Amino acid sequence: MSELSVKHLLGIKYITEADIQLIFETADHFKEVINRSIKKVPSLRDITIANLFFENSTRTRLSFELAEKRLSADVVNFSSSSSSVKKGETLVDTVNNILSMKVDMVVMRHPNPGAGVFLSKHINASIINAGDGAHEHPTQALLDSYSIRERLGDVAGKNVVIVGDILHSRVALSNIFALKKLGANVKVCGPKTLLPKFIDSLGVGVETNLQKALQWCDVANMLRVQKERMDISYFPTNREYTQQFGLNKKILNSLDKEIVIMHPGPINRGVEMTSDVADSKQAIILNQVENGVAIRMAVLYLLASKIDRNEN
Amino acid sequence: MSQKVLLNATEVNIALHRLACQLIENHDTFSNTVLIGIQPRGIFLAERIKSLLETEYKVKNIELGYLDITFYRDDFRRNDKLIEANRTNIDFIVEDKKVVFIDDVLYTGRSIRAALTAIQSFGRPLEIELLTFIDRRFSRHLPIQPDYRGRQVDAINNEKVKVCWKENDGLDAVYLINS
Repeated sequence: MSELSVKHLLGIKYITEADIQLIFETADHFKEVINRSIKKVPSLRDITIANLFFENSTRTRLSFELAEKRLSADVVNFSSSSSSVKKGETLVDTVNNILSMKVDMVVMRHPNPGAGVFLSKHINASIINAGDGAHEHPTQALLDSYSIRERLGDVAGKNVVIVGDILHSRVALSNIFALKKLGANVKVCGPKTLLPKFIDSLGVGVETNLQKALQWCDVANMLRVQKERMDISYFPTNREYTQQFGLNKKILNSLDKEIVIMHPGPINRGVEMTSDVADSKQAIILNQVENGVAIRMAVLYLLASKIDRNEN
Repeated sequence: MSQKVLLNATEVNIALHRLACQLIENHDTFSNTVLIGIQPRGIFLAERIKSLLETEYKVKNIELGYLDITFYRDDFRRNDKLIEANRTNIDFIVEDKKVVFIDDVLYTGRSIRAALTAIQSFGRPLEIELLTFIDRRFSRHLPIQPDYRGRQVDAINNEKVKVCWKENDGLDAVYLINS
């Protein structure tokens, strides 16, 4: 069996299509495992993993922690709000201190883009990026593509539109890289203020009319409006955003096909989509969450196999 | 590299019939017994035994599952190569059942050790037996012995025993390969 071409998962940008396929195939097996009555396998019994969250997270952190525990790894958790980071310690010092306690892998979320890449140059442990600022969120993109593959059979050749706050979204960027590598056609759709300049240089189409975008696509990935990252007003009111870019039953029914609805969570019900859409059969939002654990197990397992046992 | 035939197609067939009969001796109608083929190579033998039992010996409704042991192995990260996982497919509960593990070659016993751990994810079996087509005695790392064996082979460590099945390899045969 081939193995991953990388030692860290810092972003989808740095991995190959073969890597993604290998992660998907491994995730298939783990999905079977987590649907057993006993959901645990002993593979990572001698591995210690530190979850470093310098930024808030519920779902990703829980998902990683569950994945680690289902693989029997030892887990330590760390959040910046209750740590020495507040006392002025640098990132490298913080992480090196943790690694001195014999930690093999680091799962890190950080508000600064590139934090994972920076860390990988300074420390000797396998790093998984769980979101770095507005840069990348690779495991989310993997689980999104995996969910599309599960629902539609394949990702290649499918039309996927990413709707909403593309500018502040690491999910959007990672998704674009993953979908393009897997051969999907990608468009982004949102208010002009939330679409980055030169986004088309990534090979994606740009659409500002939601109705047209939906008519074109097989899958719509609705992103959350990230109010916490907005230092200025990008659109007048939530109400106006919803009128132009919110998904409701009426728009869905006006299409001549049934599209798949995705959302990375947390949903602002009534903003990105109405409740009846979020809870409809077309939405695979909860499948995404389930697949998240399988994908993260696969990533952890494949990266752990590359850790040299004799190093520690 | 030299290759010697240990068993030809006829001899394989005789051994299969004997194994099937031995299973019937102990498990009668198989009402409380399930067969588990160990992935990847044990599944051919398991399917063969099942179809023999059903067609030749008229045993009905034999339950057969496949068990993948990749994530339970004790050589993860000790092996140079990452081992490919296979499908586990056990759509019944093994709780209080008699389980028969089926694998083609018993060598160090480590796969069976992993299988013993893995099967616990599907319940607590009443008892577990081991059927293996080739038993390489003298090379065990663990105290594991088969309950049913097709043929005992005294092979030394740099020799390899290969079991070929018609479904997968084109013909039934067992080879001793000296590299």
